[in-house]
This record gives sequence, C-alpha cells and structure tokens, in this order.
Amino acid sequence: MSLDEYQKREFKQVGTRVRRPDGVDKVTGRAMYGADATAPGMLTGRILRSPHAHARIRSIDTKAAEALPGVKAVLTGADLPAQEDDFIRDVQDNCMARGKALYDGHAVAAVAAVDAATAKAALKLIKVDYEILPHVTEVDVAIKPGAPVVLAGRSLENVPAGMSENVTSHCEFGHGDPAKGFAKADRIVERSFRTAATHQGYIEPHACLASVSSDGKADLWCCTQGQYFVRTLCAAIMGMEASQLRVTASEIGGGFGGKTTVFIEPVALALSRKAGRPVKIVMTRDEVFRATGPTVHTSMDIKIGMAKDGRITGAEAHLRYSGGAFPCGTVDMGAQAAFAAYDLDNVRTYGWNVLTNRPKEAAYRAPGAPQAIYAVESVIDELCQDLGLDPIDVRLKNAAKKGTKSSYGPTFPDIGLVATLEAAKKHPHYSAPLAEGQGRGISCGFWFNFGGNSCVSLNINTDGTVGVTEGNPDIGGSRASISLMAAEELGIDYDRVRTIVADTSSLGYNDVTDGSRVTFAVGLATIKAARAAVRVMCERAAKIWGIDADAVEWKDGAAVPAGPNAGKFPPMSLAEIAAVSFETGGPIAGHHEVNVDGAGVSFGVHIVDVEVDKETGATKVLRYTVFQDAGKAVHPSYVEGQMQGGAVQGIGWALNEEYIYGADGRLQNPTFLDYRVPVASDLPMIDTVILEIPNPGHPYGVRGVGETGIVPPLAALSNAVSRSAGIRLSELPMSPPRVLKALGGS
Amino acid sequence: MVKVRLWGSLRQAADGETEVEVKAKTFKELLDRLVETYPGLEPQIRRGVSLSLDGVIYREAWFTEIRPDAEVVLMPYMTGG
Repeated sequence: MSLDEYQKREFKQVGTRVRRPDGVDKVTGRAMYGADATAPGMLTGRILRSPHAHARIRSIDTKAAEALPGVKAVLTGADLPAQEDDFIRDVQDNCMARGKALYDGHAVAAVAAVDAATAKAALKLIKVDYEILPHVTEVDVAIKPGAPVVLAGRSLENVPAGMSENVTSHCEFGHGDPAKGFAKADRIVERSFRTAATHQGYIEPHACLASVSSDGKADLWCCTQGQYFVRTLCAAIMGMEASQLRVTASEIGGGFGGKTTVFIEPVALALSRKAGRPVKIVMTRDEVFRATGPTVHTSMDIKIGMAKDGRITGAEAHLRYSGGAFPCGTVDMGAQAAFAAYDLDNVRTYGWNVLTNRPKEAAYRAPGAPQAIYAVESVIDELCQDLGLDPIDVRLKNAAKKGTKSSYGPTFPDIGLVATLEAAKKHPHYSAPLAEGQGRGISCGFWFNFGGNSCVSLNINTDGTVGVTEGNPDIGGSRASISLMAAEELGIDYDRVRTIVADTSSLGYNDVTDGSRVTFAVGLATIKAARAAVRVMCERAAKIWGIDADAVEWKDGAAVPAGPNAGKFPPMSLAEIAAVSFETGGPIAGHHEVNVDGAGVSFGVHIVDVEVDKETGATKVLRYTVFQDAGKAVHPSYVEGQMQGGAVQGIGWALNEEYIYGADGRLQNPTFLDYRVPVASDLPMIDTVILEIPNPGHPYGVRGVGETGIVPPLAALSNAVSRSAGIRLSELPMSPPRVLKALGGS
Repeated sequence: MVKVRLWGSLRQAADGETEVEVKAKTFKELLDRLVETYPGLEPQIRRGVSLSLDGVIYREAWFTEIRPDAEVVLMPYMTGG
C-alpha cells in the first residue's frame, strides 16, 4: 500500500482541539498584517482610478504631478512591458490599464510620494483624457449581438459563430438525452435565475510594501493567499528572475479566494524601482470593492423533470456567467458542479462566459458552484413541493454514490453524500416543529477540492522540539493542523512543534492556499517529511546500539528494537536522539516536495429555518445546521469554523450582498454600510455536524473542508423563504425590497 | 489503447466524438497522442486540463500510469478559492 493511501489508526494528537498558535498574537495586536510592514525611507503609493465604466484613454499627462515637491515617481501603463501571454497580460492590465479603462475603479496611474497627503494631491494633478465609450454591466445584455464590446478578439475556438464578441468561452458537460428524460417525467419545472456579484468581504484590505534595490534585487511583503504565485506574476510583469524577488506573506485578515492574485503588488514594485525607495500601498475599502475581484454575476435557465416517486428523469442547465472585463473559466466549474450531487441518466449543462464592464473576477470559495447549485436545488425543491415529496427523501433517492457516473464525467469512487443526507434526516433539527409563518429549507452542496504543489521542511532541534517550515499562508488554521500531523507522526506532544510560513526564498514552490488544499496536501507532505526524519532517527539509534537500521522501528515517539532478535535496548526518545545528533552525524531533518493529487470530492447538506417579515421583507434566520463530509477532522474546531464561515457567507449571498451598478456603469455601494454582510447579531448559532468519512487518498483520511460550506446556503435559504412566505424568488440576494416586491405580486 | 471521455464542448475538435481511443500509458503520452490525433484539441490542452483516472482527479501528473481498462476522463483544469 502506498503511503499516500489511508490506513486506519488510533490518533493521539490529530482530532484534538489544541490551542491555536496565532491566537495570542492576534488578540494582542502583535500579529503583523499587510499594512504593518515598514522600511526606512518608505514612500506612500496611491492609485488613480477610472471614474468611467468604459473609456478609451487618449492620453495621460503626468507632468504636473511629477513636478509636485515630494513626489518621487509616477507610473502609468506605458511604464510596464508588453506581455505575450494572455493570462499575464490580463493580470497586468487589470493592475494598470493600457489603452482602455474597462470598469469603474480600473487603475490608470499611480504615484509614490513622501506622505499620503502629497500622494493624494499628486493624483489630482494627473490629467487623463478619456473618450467615454458605451458600457455594459449586465450579463444578459452583454451576451446579445450588438452589445458594446468590452475586449475584442478574446473568444476561444469553442464559442459558436454569431455570438457577441463578449462571449469568450463555451462549455458543455453531461450524458444521456435530457429530452428523453423529460418525456418520462410526471412533472417538469423550468425556471430562470439570476445571482448578483458578491465580494469576499475580508476585513483586511490589500496592502503591500515593495523595495527594489539599485542592483535589481527586490523584496515584497504583502497579504496574500500565495506568496509564490505573487512572485510568479510580479516577476513576469517586472521582467525579473524569480530568484531576485523575495515575497513574504504577512498574517492575513481573510482571503476566501480573493487574495489569490495581485492588484497593487506590481504597481508598488514598479514605483519602487522608479523611485529607488521602498513603496507601500494600502487599499481603501472603496478600492477593495471597486477594483479587486468579486464573484461572477450570473443568469441561468434550469429545467428538471421528475417522476411521481421523486426520481429525476432529465435535467438541463444553461449558465451565463460574467467574470467582469477579462476572460475567466469559472463557468466551467459551475457547469461541472451543477448536477454533481445526483445520479442521473439524462443530464446536460451548457455554460458561457461573458465579458462586462465590471472588475476582474477573483476566486471565492468553490468558485462557480454556489450559483449553479442554487438554481438546481431551487428547482428540485419546487418539484418536491409540487409532488408533495419530502426534500431529503427525494435527494436520497437521486443521490450520487460509489459507481455513479457523475454529471461531469468520471465515475465516483467512495463518496459521502448519502451518509450526509441520512445524518441530516435523523438530526432533531429536521423534525423540529415550526411555528406559523416559519419555513424550513434544505440544500445539497458539492465541491471538487484539489491538492497541488507542496514543500515541507521539518527540523529536529537538539532540545527535542520540532520546527516545521511550510509555504502556505495560514488562512484557516493550517499551522495548528500541520503541527498536529507532525506531532502525530513523530509521537510527541503538539506543544513541542512550531510551524512557520516561509518566504519564497526559503522553501521550494508551494501552490496558493486555495482549493481547500492545505490541510490535505501540505499535511500529506508534512507526514512524509516527518517519516523522513524518523528514518534518520532510527538510523542514529541503530548506530548507537550497533545494530542494523532495519532492526529499529519508531513507536510512541521513540526508537525501539524491531523484535527480540534485534537485541535488548531501552526505547530512545526523539529528545534523546536529538540531544546527541551533533555527535552521531549532524543535525536531523526531514523534508518532502510533492505535487499532490487525490484530494477527493466533498458534499454538504444544510438545513435552515427562517421567518419572513411580510411588512418589511426582511428574512430572519432562526436555526441553521451544517452537515459536511470532512474526512478526518484534524482540528475539529477549525473544521467547524470553516463550515460556519461558509454558511454565514452563503447567508450573506442569499439575503443581502450584491454589487449594484447604476445606469452610468458605476458601482453604487462600495462600502460596508451599503454592501450588507451578515453580522453576529443577524444570526443564530450555526450548528455543525462533521461526518468523518476517510479520504482514501490521504494517510490520515483528510479531505478539504474550506469551500463546500458556501455552496448549499443559497438554495437552502431560498427554499426556506419559499415555504415561509409562499413566494419563490428566482433572484439573489433576497433583499427586503426584492422580497416585498415579490409579496406584492403574489 | 485507452478510451478517453471528453467533455461535450470538445466534440467539435474530435470529429464529433465525446469518447476517443488513443495509445498511451501515461498522462503525458495521452495528452501528446490526443494533440497528434486531434489537433483541434491542442488549444484547450495548452490552456490546461485535468484528468480523472478511475474517479481520482489529477491536475498535473505527466507520469501517472494509465491502465488499459482504466476509466479516463478529460476535464477542465481545476481551480479553487
């Protein structure tokens, strides 16, 4: 059996709720976030942003700004190199416009000055001559032939002829013949849905400090989910060798996918190179909303046929996603995820990505899946209501399981959906009585998860403690989880292990902290690094005892003779071996570098009770329970936190959060006052039920948990509102005005 | 020979088929043979694909061995948040 494969074992450390290693620093203010970085001679960087949704930049006059005392550098798109690669060019052009401003808030110039006031004054002196162009901010308008073209010439070869140039890609998934399936149905429901773009809403705005020296070396400190990817992007944009750019990730005040790319980092580096001094840029909240990546906004058509007994006979979805002004592939993920929870003979999903004059989409937990699954789960719920069927029974009847040919192609191995649905059905929440006017909704959710490139170095200190170095910013408790897995494998206490996050010059490449990958993939690399260190410690003990290394095994944190023939020696602990390591051959370490696959897909089921106030249209969430297949929960409190966090963010998408654009194409609500995220007083306790169905692709059975939790809340809330208020909304968010309007028309 | 299932929108690049056969023992060989046999698939393969082998999804793993009777499904490159 490969070491990657799950082997059942009794855990001593993994599965315990140890104290979090970053807790004291974060509650005392000692933790260093992006905006906390400083350097001698540091300048303040500020960015000038387009007030237009779509405009050609005829010219930019920076002379007056450059002449202002205290201004050390001014930057425009003309200062950055031409890029051949489409992906890099899009990232660069999103950081600093060239030729056209593509959305309200698009960066068009930047300055570095001795202080913020001077930088702000300099921005006002930059004269941009715009030719305002027709704009389009809605996907259903942008997809029509004749709509204003956001970027010409970006349609892939898979886009059918005759569509708007804004359509950049098309995808299709599925099997069987939905038409034949619909012919067998007793009831068919066909509905159209829309979802608004939402922002990740992290509390910490983007911030960075860049320092480029006169010999071409550079350092960058920033809040990011992936310092190595930041290095890749910035090195390409700056024309630097990767070895000359060291990127250090700060503590991070939330990311959720939104900090997986760059927005200000190349600008700070370019300003620093021009000024010859360090440059710090900290975004305002207005900038975060207008110029970083929200989700796609969508328009979707769903058709599902069902037999009287609840069996789904046919299913079809048409998804139109817009990820803003640059091409993105998020609709591919949504199209694959839409019907993934179900075992269907006839299913087909079609997707189109469409350009609009909005900011470039960035990832947000399970990108693309919540929207498509919201629409599908809403129609399934309506069918349950029409046919008088129990929503969980119907989902159990159709649930994907081992051997199901998934709607996106592969046949599922062991998966946990049925167990998750059964846990939801027997939970007291599902059978609890509801008062008049209250409604209960449920929804399934699905996400793929993945592994990726991971490097871990594990050092055995001479005092018997252990240092683990990994390369992924800790956005959800990974330092605790990695320490727990190292302690488990080495057979020592958690408190003897400290895990730190390395800069890009200190460790090999690590993929971004995304895709629910870190506890799974970096955990696997940690286990293997620990096993490498154990092999060295067994060799050292063997030398001390004068026996073959093969005759030594590792048990409960100590080297022991493997059997009676190996000789009689007392166990030699990790601390004892470490204490004499200089005398027995030198420092002891283990390391492992790998590109991990086998993450295993994840399913969740959410139950929510709501009450709709028919006078105000406000929806109150009364009770909420999350059920999720998490694989082995390494640190259950963090797993619960991920499930709760996903649910709360999903509640925000469902009830309030949306990018609102005016007729002028400008974002109307770029503040937390007008962009309403749920706060603690809006919510009940989010209860959680962790199902520990081991992932066969990980030695401890670990599965990613970070993303699936945001998928079910949208439909769960919509289904609950439908049962509470007697109206079925087909557009998110179900904000009070929208609910009131629906009530008025019902 | 290995049977490879393609997603629907690749059909036009594979002579109208969503299941094709190529001779390959690894992920890398499979991609190379697909490009040789169906040049229209090259743009998508260059942009990135994932591969499902018997239900386990691989993002980049050139030397992953493919048994002749394995279920092989080409998928878009996985992304996440």
